[in-house]
Amino acid sequence: MGIVETKNLVFEYIRRDEEGNVEGITRAVDQVDIDVKQGEFVAVLGHNGSGKSTLAKHINAILYPTEGTVWVDGKDTAKEENLWDVRQKAGMVFQNPDNQIIGQVVEEDVGFGPENLGVPTEEIWQRVEESLRAVGMYEFRRHSPNKLSGGQKQRVSIAGVIAMHPKCIVLDEPTAMLDPNGRREVIRAARALNDVEGITIILITHYMEEIIHANKVFVMDKGKVAMEGTPREIFSRVEELKELRLDVPQVTLLAHELKKSGLKLPDGILTFEELSAALGYGKKK
Amino acid sequence: MLRDITLGQYYQTDSVIHRLDPRVKLMTTICYIISLFIVDNFIGYILAGAFLALVIKLSKVPLKFMVRGMKSIIFLLIIAVIFNLFLTPGEVIFTLWKLRITREGLRQAIFMAIRLVFLIMGSSVMTLTTTPNNLTDGMEKLLGPLKIFKVPVHEIAMMMSIALRFIPILLEETDKIMKAQIARGADFENGNLIKKAKSLVPLLVPLFISAFRRANDLAMAMEARCYRGGEHRTKMKPLVYKKRDWLAYSTVVCYLVCCVVFGKILL
Repeated sequence: MGIVETKNLVFEYIRRDEEGNVEGITRAVDQVDIDVKQGEFVAVLGHNGSGKSTLAKHINAILYPTEGTVWVDGKDTAKEENLWDVRQKAGMVFQNPDNQIIGQVVEEDVGFGPENLGVPTEEIWQRVEESLRAVGMYEFRRHSPNKLSGGQKQRVSIAGVIAMHPKCIVLDEPTAMLDPNGRREVIRAARALNDVEGITIILITHYMEEIIHANKVFVMDKGKVAMEGTPREIFSRVEELKELRLDVPQVTLLAHELKKSGLKLPDGILTFEELSAALGYGKKK
Repeated sequence: MLRDITLGQYYQTDSVIHRLDPRVKLMTTICYIISLFIVDNFIGYILAGAFLALVIKLSKVPLKFMVRGMKSIIFLLIIAVIFNLFLTPGEVIFTLWKLRITREGLRQAIFMAIRLVFLIMGSSVMTLTTTPNNLTDGMEKLLGPLKIFKVPVHEIAMMMSIALRFIPILLEETDKIMKAQIARGADFENGNLIKKAKSLVPLLVPLFISAFRRANDLAMAMEARCYRGGEHRTKMKPLVYKKRDWLAYSTVVCYLVCCVVFGKILL
């Protein structure tokens, strides 16, 4: 069993009118089965309302399944006694950097998680230092979070999660409110954690560029997993992605169009280097 | 205009005052406020002024930060001064139409002004040199004994620290909404009081909605990080009194004694 596994996961939002009668039911997640292995970098892709954030909140036991089961590190998230274990094992970083920083000073915020876990004082300091170094924010430990850039704030949030020593981090659209620079910073930090510390990363996003380095990609649509595979496999199905209203990176799209007009190119080209190599440039030198 | 409030804003630097235990700073601030109401002669106020000046000097916080906080109370200050100036009975020294200024009134007004200024500056020193988290930690510890009476001390402290953290964010947001509404033709400057109050509605409604959304997000983020109230919680920065804290306490006691002796008894 992997670190995160879901089986027939269904979640329904129930809308009620003022008297509490059921007005309508929206199925946000519908029969989802995913299996994430320890140490993997997994991306979950989908446009707004595809259910990807709802899925993410199940991994951290913020939402409980209406039907089906979610296991985190072998523990059923729906069971009350597993709640704190699950939340410690699977950390979560949210979209808005301002709304998830609790401390007034960077280091105090990173210490918030370990404090809640009841970690002894000296160890908290150790963990805070390690975590801030892991995301490259150690020099800012005494700063006020209000004075940091969006990318820096998100890295602090990630450090706050690492300090709890999770096995898995769920990043729920961590870059949606950031500029391109901040986006790169955050993704780089997430990849480094995956490479160096071996922490499982589940990245929820709608930016195609961010999933290139993932081991596995799930594409969600209307609450269901519509596509599943490596980034290369996913990107070679350009027409399907377009139907799901997802933008393909420009290079991939260009390669796809070139191929359609008769050029001989491999499927699923992800970077400029690959395309230029496939087109025969660089050979001349 | 909204950025001028410094209360609840931490000034980042390293000084003796910054390193003091927040409990010491809280108690000192309370003692200082009491002392301002004990003394009622000039020697007393000189003493209070000297004490404040010393603390400000030691705190290394530029004076302009404290003065900036003063702007928000200038209106209150003027009203207090005017009332004291004209409405205190006693020996008349100056008459203007029906208004009489008395010697006692003049004295009262000056003292009131000094008192208010010192009071605001004194409490700004505390908030400028103590991180809000630290401050609420101190309060939690000081109020700890109230837990016996089922007072949710930890929860109150946590709420306060979160409120303080969100002050600058919400101020920024207010500014943003204000600009957005001005761009749509809203007028916050002109008109009488009622009109001005009405013009605040398009400012406050979006602000409240956004504040609720933020609160919801924050609660989720806190839960995701295993927050479950004050039980079983350890402290990253536990409060332990050091030598300098006891030194500060004794200084404050000396100051209070001096205030009582010189500011009250000797007239």
